[in-house]
Amino acid sequence: MKSYNENKVVIEAGTKELHYWRDIWSFRELFFFLTWRDIKVRYKQAVLGAFWAVLQPLLTMIIFTVIFSRVAKLETEGAAPYAIMVYCALLPWRLFSDALASSSESLLVNRNMISKIYFPRIIIPLSAIMTKLVEFFISFAVLIALMVYYKFLPSQNIIFLPLFLILCLIISSAVGLGISAMNVQFRDFKYIVPFAIQMGLYISPVGFKSSIVPEKWRFLYSLNPMVGVIDGFRWCILGGTGNFYVPGLVISISMTIITFMISYKIFRSTEKTFADKI
Amino acid sequence: MHDNIALKIENISKKYVISHASGKASYRTLREFVKELAFFWKIKKDKKEDFLALNDINLEINKGDRVAIIGRNGAGKSTLLKLLSRITEPTRGKIAISGRVASLLEVGTGFHPELTGKENIYLNGAVLGMTKKEIESKFDEIVNFSGVEKFLDTPLKRYSSGMQTRLGFAIAANLESEILIVDEVLAVGDIEFQKKCLGKMDEISKTKGRTILFVSHNILAVQNLCNKGIVLDKGEVIYSGNVEDAVKYYTDLNSNGNFNLITKDKNLDFVDFICPTALHSKSNWDFQFKINSQKHYQDCYINFVISNANNLKIIHYSGQKDKFRDIKQGLNTLTFSVGDVHLNDSKLSLTLQILDKNLNEIFHADNFSLPSVLDLEKYTNHLAVCDNKISLQLDYS
Repeated sequence: MKSYNENKVVIEAGTKELHYWRDIWSFRELFFFLTWRDIKVRYKQAVLGAFWAVLQPLLTMIIFTVIFSRVAKLETEGAAPYAIMVYCALLPWRLFSDALASSSESLLVNRNMISKIYFPRIIIPLSAIMTKLVEFFISFAVLIALMVYYKFLPSQNIIFLPLFLILCLIISSAVGLGISAMNVQFRDFKYIVPFAIQMGLYISPVGFKSSIVPEKWRFLYSLNPMVGVIDGFRWCILGGTGNFYVPGLVISISMTIITFMISYKIFRSTEKTFADKI
Repeated sequence: MHDNIALKIENISKKYVISHASGKASYRTLREFVKELAFFWKIKKDKKEDFLALNDINLEINKGDRVAIIGRNGAGKSTLLKLLSRITEPTRGKIAISGRVASLLEVGTGFHPELTGKENIYLNGAVLGMTKKEIESKFDEIVNFSGVEKFLDTPLKRYSSGMQTRLGFAIAANLESEILIVDEVLAVGDIEFQKKCLGKMDEISKTKGRTILFVSHNILAVQNLCNKGIVLDKGEVIYSGNVEDAVKYYTDLNSNGNFNLITKDKNLDFVDFICPTALHSKSNWDFQFKINSQKHYQDCYINFVISNANNLKIIHYSGQKDKFRDIKQGLNTLTFSVGDVHLNDSKLSLTLQILDKNLNEIFHADNFSLPSVLDLEKYTNHLAVCDNKISLQLDYS
């Protein structure tokens, strides 16, 4: 077609749509509405939802502190209490794992919409990830309370925290998009996800600081993109130089970009058959 | 694309692969996939069968046309609508659409039971592609049309299903789009509301010049609303033209008078079977059989059964209850009148049996094919019509 006006659409077998991003833009409000819907429904019984968001990280923090600090006698970072060091890592880790869990099943949960109406499907897993920001901010409020309790003053690096939060969201999307698409293709894929998240918790530096990893392995260790994010969070809140391993961050970011590209490719190539398979 | 054409469909086919090994499921499991990878040399290829839901469809629809798409179940109507609304991708071919498409394959897609009516209006509006501003400007109109003013702040789960349908349709009807695609969504909801919806669709197309594609089994609604008709059968367009001819073509397709003669006394000759061209639920049906006899049979039992696709008798006239009837020499016209039938089956078949006074079967024929029943009452149970609602009149000549 020579002139391409806003309202003309050509559907052709096997061709990628050129205007995918334009479609996403025109459905941007749906993205916000879906996020708003999920948050609203989840916090309809507000007390319980918020209480859970507070309790879960606190309990994990207590267990990790007892095991890694008291039993394994690992060192903390600088002058920070061990509990706060663990909690700083739990913030991005929980955002990542919650986002992954909810985005991976998001397409199946919304199968009714997918089989009845058109919109760029990518909106669904992305909005599922955004809803987890609410829990993140609740947990963050708990961190502030903890700092007051331990009389711990955060580092001035904290102004960079939003950047690492964004990185964490991008990693979550990178992994979540691919898994959500795989979940539609293979209906038993969902059994792998909780197991992988569990494994991830132990291989990521959540209960301990990443500087205890021997220097020669540190490069390899950073291939896990969450290492860069967790180190970044600690650097922002606790300060100190020990946390900041620049090559690690570079690897984290490159790994994120690569994962995102693969994931996006998987998603886009399977997206058009979602309605037939779901 | 010519300026006057809203929709152009060229050589569209949609193929589904039916795998016999995995049964009906369209998705696979990772377990199977890994097994196939690991033992790829051992595994026999699944018997896979291609099913062409749509086979090389070509259509052009002009702007402002109100097009009915009719056809039997499985003819490809819904697949066509899904392709047009971009829910799924065609296997071959090209569709060019000029204008914004609003598709209503279901009323109230994305509704959430925990949210209030008001919240759901915004949510569903966004799902249909409306902006918040658009919804706000149409809000009063939507609420008025749906008649749920009092319940705007009530969670949707407390709404009756009729109210939910009304709300869903009201939102969709207020969407500003050049092309409106409506699947059989009006089957739910009472007659009053169905009329209101059809009226609204009529208004939309006539005053605003919108193009409407309408799938329905409700022939009356189709005739009232549409000016063009397309008949689909087995994935192919078998008729395309004005709506009256399309409806006629479709009803003829369904009643070709085939039946299965099981027993027949040599003295009897089956002459004709006449049934209504369209069977509407909740109305009266007359079925007429003409049988020529060489002989007078006194005191016959006449059984007449309408059964559904599962061979369940749903309407039964039994001669034993009634007084015995005579089959006289000459032409016998048996007219069965069935009144006020409530049905949720669309495929029916007829059986006629005549026994003489010694209970010997002198005539037995079944499988008279009937047109599909329209206006089904989706949510009622089978309600068999008892004998007093069915009567037999015998005329001789």
